[in-house]
Amino acid sequence: MAAHLKKRVYEEFSKVVQELRSLPAVCRNTFSVSAIVCRQIPHEEAPAKKLRLSKPSKSAALHIDLCKATNSTDALQYLLQFARKPVETESVEGVVRILLEHYYKETDNSVRLKIASLLGLLSKTQGFTPDCIVDDAINTLGNEKSHQVLAQLLDTLLVIGTQLPESPAVRQRLIEVACKHLSDTYFGVRIKCLQLLGCLGMVDTPLSKDNEGLGGPLGGVRDVQNIISDYFGDQDPRVRTAALKAMLQLHERGMKIHDIIYDQACRLLSDDYEQVRSAAVQMVWVLSQLYPESIVPIPSSNEEIRLVDDAFGKISHMVSDGSWMVRVQAAKTLGSMLQVSPHFLEQTLDKKLMSDLRRKRTAHERAKDLFTSGEFSSGRKWADDAPKEKLDTNTVNLIASGACGAFVHGLEDEMFEVRIAAVEALCHLARSSPSFAEKCLDFLVDMFNDEIEEVRLQSIHVLRQISTHITLREDQLDTVLAVLEDSSRDIREALHELICYTNVSTKECIQLALLELLKNLNKYPTDRNSVWKCLKFLGSRHPTLVLPLVPELLSTHPYFDTPEPDMDDPAYIAVLVLVFNAAKSCPTMPALFSDHTFRHYAYLRDSLSHLVPPLRLPGHGLDLVDSRGSGSVESAQLFLQQSLNRISTIQNLEAPGAQDLLDFTIRMKVSMLMCLSSCPSIRDLRRLGELQTELAGAADFCATYLRCQLLLMKALQEKLWNMAVPLCLKQNVTATAAAQQILEETYKLEFLYSGLDSRQVATIHHIRLQAKALQLILTARTRQGLDPLINSCEKFLQEIESFQRLFLAELPHLQDGFVDKLLELMPRLSSCKPVELVKILQTTLRQSGLLQLRLPEQIHRATATIIEPTGESDNPLRFTSGLVVALDIDATLEHVQDPQNTVKVQVLYPDGQSHVIHPKPADFRKPGPDRHRLITQVYLSHTAWTEPSQIEVRLLLAYSASSTSLSSSSKLGWSDSIDGLLPPEAAVEGTIPFSKPVKVYIMPKPARR
Amino acid sequence: AGQDVGRSCILVSIGGKNIMLDCGMHMGYNDDRRFPDFSYITQNGRLTDFLDCVIISHFHLDHCGALPYMSEMVGYDGPIYMTHPTKAICPILLEDFRKITVDKKGETNFFTSQMIKDCMKKVVPLNLHQTVQVDDELEIKAYYAGHVLGAAMVHIKVGSESVVYTGDYNMTPDRHLGAAWIDKCRPDILISESTYATTIRDSKRCRERDFLKKVHETIERGGKVLIPVFALGRAQELCILLETFWERMNLKAPIYFSTGLTEKANHYYKLFITWTNQKIRKTFVQRNMFEFKHIKAFDRSYADNPGPMVVFATPGMLHAGQSLQIFKKWAGNEKNMVIMPGYCVQGTIGHKILNGQRKLEMEGRSTLDVKLQVEYMSFSAHADAKGIMQLIRMAEPRNMLLVHGEAVKMEFLKGKIEQEFSIDCYMPANGETATVTTNPSVPVDISLNLLKREMALGGPLPDPKKPRTMHGTLIMKENSLKLVSSEQALKELGLNEHQLRFTCRVQLQDPHSDPDTLHRIYTHLKSVLKGYTIQHLPDGTVMVESIVIKVSSSAEDPNTKVLLLSWSYQVKRCHRQL
Repeated sequence: MAAHLKKRVYEEFSKVVQELRSLPAVCRNTFSVSAIVCRQIPHEEAPAKKLRLSKPSKSAALHIDLCKATNSTDALQYLLQFARKPVETESVEGVVRILLEHYYKETDNSVRLKIASLLGLLSKTQGFTPDCIVDDAINTLGNEKSHQVLAQLLDTLLVIGTQLPESPAVRQRLIEVACKHLSDTYFGVRIKCLQLLGCLGMVDTPLSKDNEGLGGPLGGVRDVQNIISDYFGDQDPRVRTAALKAMLQLHERGMKIHDIIYDQACRLLSDDYEQVRSAAVQMVWVLSQLYPESIVPIPSSNEEIRLVDDAFGKISHMVSDGSWMVRVQAAKTLGSMLQVSPHFLEQTLDKKLMSDLRRKRTAHERAKDLFTSGEFSSGRKWADDAPKEKLDTNTVNLIASGACGAFVHGLEDEMFEVRIAAVEALCHLARSSPSFAEKCLDFLVDMFNDEIEEVRLQSIHVLRQISTHITLREDQLDTVLAVLEDSSRDIREALHELICYTNVSTKECIQLALLELLKNLNKYPTDRNSVWKCLKFLGSRHPTLVLPLVPELLSTHPYFDTPEPDMDDPAYIAVLVLVFNAAKSCPTMPALFSDHTFRHYAYLRDSLSHLVPPLRLPGHGLDLVDSRGSGSVESAQLFLQQSLNRISTIQNLEAPGAQDLLDFTIRMKVSMLMCLSSCPSIRDLRRLGELQTELAGAADFCATYLRCQLLLMKALQEKLWNMAVPLCLKQNVTATAAAQQILEETYKLEFLYSGLDSRQVATIHHIRLQAKALQLILTARTRQGLDPLINSCEKFLQEIESFQRLFLAELPHLQDGFVDKLLELMPRLSSCKPVELVKILQTTLRQSGLLQLRLPEQIHRATATIIEPTGESDNPLRFTSGLVVALDIDATLEHVQDPQNTVKVQVLYPDGQSHVIHPKPADFRKPGPDRHRLITQVYLSHTAWTEPSQIEVRLLLAYSASSTSLSSSSKLGWSDSIDGLLPPEAAVEGTIPFSKPVKVYIMPKPARR
Repeated sequence: AGQDVGRSCILVSIGGKNIMLDCGMHMGYNDDRRFPDFSYITQNGRLTDFLDCVIISHFHLDHCGALPYMSEMVGYDGPIYMTHPTKAICPILLEDFRKITVDKKGETNFFTSQMIKDCMKKVVPLNLHQTVQVDDELEIKAYYAGHVLGAAMVHIKVGSESVVYTGDYNMTPDRHLGAAWIDKCRPDILISESTYATTIRDSKRCRERDFLKKVHETIERGGKVLIPVFALGRAQELCILLETFWERMNLKAPIYFSTGLTEKANHYYKLFITWTNQKIRKTFVQRNMFEFKHIKAFDRSYADNPGPMVVFATPGMLHAGQSLQIFKKWAGNEKNMVIMPGYCVQGTIGHKILNGQRKLEMEGRSTLDVKLQVEYMSFSAHADAKGIMQLIRMAEPRNMLLVHGEAVKMEFLKGKIEQEFSIDCYMPANGETATVTTNPSVPVDISLNLLKREMALGGPLPDPKKPRTMHGTLIMKENSLKLVSSEQALKELGLNEHQLRFTCRVQLQDPHSDPDTLHRIYTHLKSVLKGYTIQHLPDGTVMVESIVIKVSSSAEDPNTKVLLLSWSYQVKRCHRQL
């Protein structure tokens, strides 16, 4: 064995070995390797320069260290040091051999343990296949006495096993090993064995179980699940947990768990240890999802119920468990059991109250009764809630059996984690069952009063999500609206969002809501936009309910003229927004308006067009009523498609022309034609974007792309190509500018739009490459001297390579494109001189056709609007120069991915200085899908400032070209494989301004003397 | 507290130890019935000789009111256990109680301030989940109980027997305290309070919301709100509730609480943050919730200030003191409101106005028109029937004992407990003793060698749920039990090993000679008993395992062979087959 090992070690030095064989004395030595390495040094300058090891081998170094170690503590130290440094892929095997060799000699447990763990770590090295060490590892397992080391070795085997997923032989062996050690007395070993079984146990092949101590009555053939389930009853809770986890692992790997496990798992729900219970909850859930419809008997009766209902009941029971971890788990799990029957589902909200053995009604029921009886809550009497009917003692069930009151418990839990989990579960269940949504409404509304803000916020969000199913009663609305006065902005905005989606039942509700919203507006004027928006939806949702309120709202009088309200009053605007939106679908309403209302309408329609819809007004029929029907989106889409098609036909036209290389004039004409025709289409697209917001992103994207193409064309059509170098300097300027602009536009294309697929990204990169080629040619033509040229040529070649690497899958789609042609010429390119290269580029660039852009499906442009500061304010922000002043910024971002890292705030000072500020991640909130809100403070500071002047604030989108959405960042594993990869592309970092700049007037205070 | 509420004092004898749980007084009496009857324990001689320790669950007077009386006036010098907050707050309440009885009512023969101090010197503080060894055998451990600050449940253990006493507890969390919790300690008896044995309560949130809404509305109208409270417990909860509400809603109206007791108590609430609920514990780093931002101390002159305000004032039933003064001032205005947060005893003004009386007769024949609004809002901190059941499920006791509740209600709960958990449930009346026989397990040391040998015998891993038989010798020596292998036992006791063998004679008619017969038996046995080692020894015997078979012919008849079988006492099976 030792000899074999040694040989394997030498193989690493294969280049040297032949030579060293001539040193026979050394090779017999056990410590030969160290000797060899020591001898290498003189050999290096010796004539035999065959030693090709470019760097000192890790394995060799390790071996020396290990041999030097006199006692186990030293050895452990060396190993620990060794573990800190990465190992190259090629030397892993050598290291492993040395470690194993040392392992056999080592007597100290801790050192062996460390070696075993190192083996596991090494097996994870990328590019190393650990199948060669399986045998050794299993062998060592056989001789090991220490339980801890045994456990660690099994862990190593687990790593090896997971590294070799497609080797059934190894698997089979590992499973056998695991089965053998399952009867170990040390819990750690059993846990590892179970993990092994869980990770590697095979789905189909049954295991033969013989000569095990277990030898149950089944004997013979048993499968993995059977074996694992034996350990559900283990004496050690950790092993029980591991067994459950292993079973779950099997499930995750796609193995179908037998339904007999269900009973066992249910028994574990009442285990003494929380981790077991927690795992058991998961297990029961998995089984309930696998066999929802199978029938289980109810103990102590003859009835039978569906398994999913039974499981639901059992998990509900766990919501009142002693450990809050289990409670959280159970509450979360409940939310995903959508197949449960409605009868059971409704039980979760069931709670029978009693007082002195008399049935009492819950506050919810009382509120409902009061409401239906038409009397509004008096709640003034002491014995208001006095119990009424007498209860039969036998019918009172104190122990909530099954699902009874699970959510009632969960929502009242001590830990807010449990409450949040319960609220989320309610949300999931309610979304799939309208009747349940109706029932849980009261409970959710109650949660608005929770002491922890997170819970309140969450329940508001949940209510919004289920609001399609429900109509709020007046008393419920009352409690909901009470929250509008909350001092937390998040809560208020969430609530506004909720009101946008709420249905209410009566006109009193509308009045109530309006009143509360106006109160809110009065108390927190910053909520203006959000309140208006809220009223817009409220109006458009309930036109008939608003109608009877109109005279009161607009304070009109049948006989008298009332004074004209102040148009600048936000409250009045709020009322108007409500009324106008209701009037949109209620044609009788405008008849109630007074004259000034129409004037105000005209004004608001202009100034707040996003809040005030177009109305058909009698006599004022001048307003454009949108005649676009529901089909308008489709028609716009059609139009977009058509304009794109038109461009592609131009391209097709061009194609035959392009074949004729000599016929330059035709090309010229075609290109001119294209210029002409695409200019209007760009305009078309722009206009389309304005008209149809749904398609704005796509249209914008296409237009930008076309403009890039156009610029490129124009640059190529310049006459400069025929001129002599010195003459074209002036022409060059425009071409250079064009190239630069295209580059910028491509970055915008790539990073400003979300929803691009890889083909579009490839197209963008393609045009960028063209622009770069153009730049290269231009530099070649203008600059003198070769050195910079060589540099840029090399850079360009690298770019082509990386393009090829990134978009390998997309290359077939880029046929006839620039890159396609270049790649054909690639072998020639890489070897030719820069001047030649430039020439080739020039011709290919001019020959290559236009790539057609496939119509992007769902493209959105990232946009940002700065709500605050508004930029209209005339009162300057005062500050003392030299000190810091804080400027509040409030902006909404749409379709921005990962805003925490990309969005920055730029401040431009009057003297031209600019600061870029990175907001804190906590400043971003996410009120809706694809929407973010940035509320932050920017600190301004400037030393020399005397006059009041304006600063500009804008938002930037930062990007770095290396972090393309497609290029997968290579994970650096334990081994640093940096030199193995190509050098990373030079990260091009930049920023795109994507919001309108806002000017803020700032005035320094006179400096104090 | 058997079958009634208040005056909690329970004696437990467990494993030869006597423990007193709580030492409360009855608030309703002013004579001897006020305190527990300590002569019940011992007629003469000091209590110290009889009691091993006293445990106080929380600071309410019906749980600790008789403590100075017992320790100082009756005489007890042993340890008294209570949690840190209880130890801190308890003397304040006792002192207050003493002041009222002695200074106001002019009673004599009552404990003095010095006695309270001396009594407190005997107190040993407890931490949550800390196991305290009272003596070698008795250990106690405290669990969180909710109810009031510092309330604890205690687990008392002597040997393998154990008792859990809950004191008062609350299974639903409130604004400042968490829910009671206990681990699966499986005590022999769980002694639980049962104040709300027949009640299942509604969610607290509705009530809280109603309360806040009413206060808020009144404040917005410009009215004044009076909340009469007792100094400790509910007062803090309501303070927290209003404080957070003010914070949330950005309200500006002032909140006052009357000075004195409450202020002192709030100080302790600030200190014992670890005993409060999750929210307060989490946020105290930024701000201690009991350092109220909106709540200020009340001064008598403030009552006449214009504008809205909220005032907490003592006492809770509007029968005297500051709360009554303020009430008189504000009663005339219908914009104002009084909120009664708890139960009011008959005869108090609180009780009258709750019942809708609008004209009150004050002393001196004057009448008072009550125009302000009267609201009732109850917040109770006891576990309801569901909560009690939940606790039973958590602790899994073998027996149940109900105290601190009304007999009729207990009866109902008792039935339910017996039905649901199928365990025995007791509800002794005052002075009655309930006896529970336990089935104590006796721990025995076992020698490692014996265990290992047993392990080596094979079989699956030991299953903790199944008993297993094994051979060994039990040695009782100097108060300890030991299980060792028989060889070792012999060695230790210095005894010789005696072999016990049974022999039996079987007569056979066989014409063959002795060796032949023996051989025939040997071959026969070999064919019959497969799987046993059968040897034919040269000295004319056959050995089947350890059974020896000998053949000898009888003297009188050579054809009658006598078969001698000899076996040791361990072997039986084999013989049957022979």
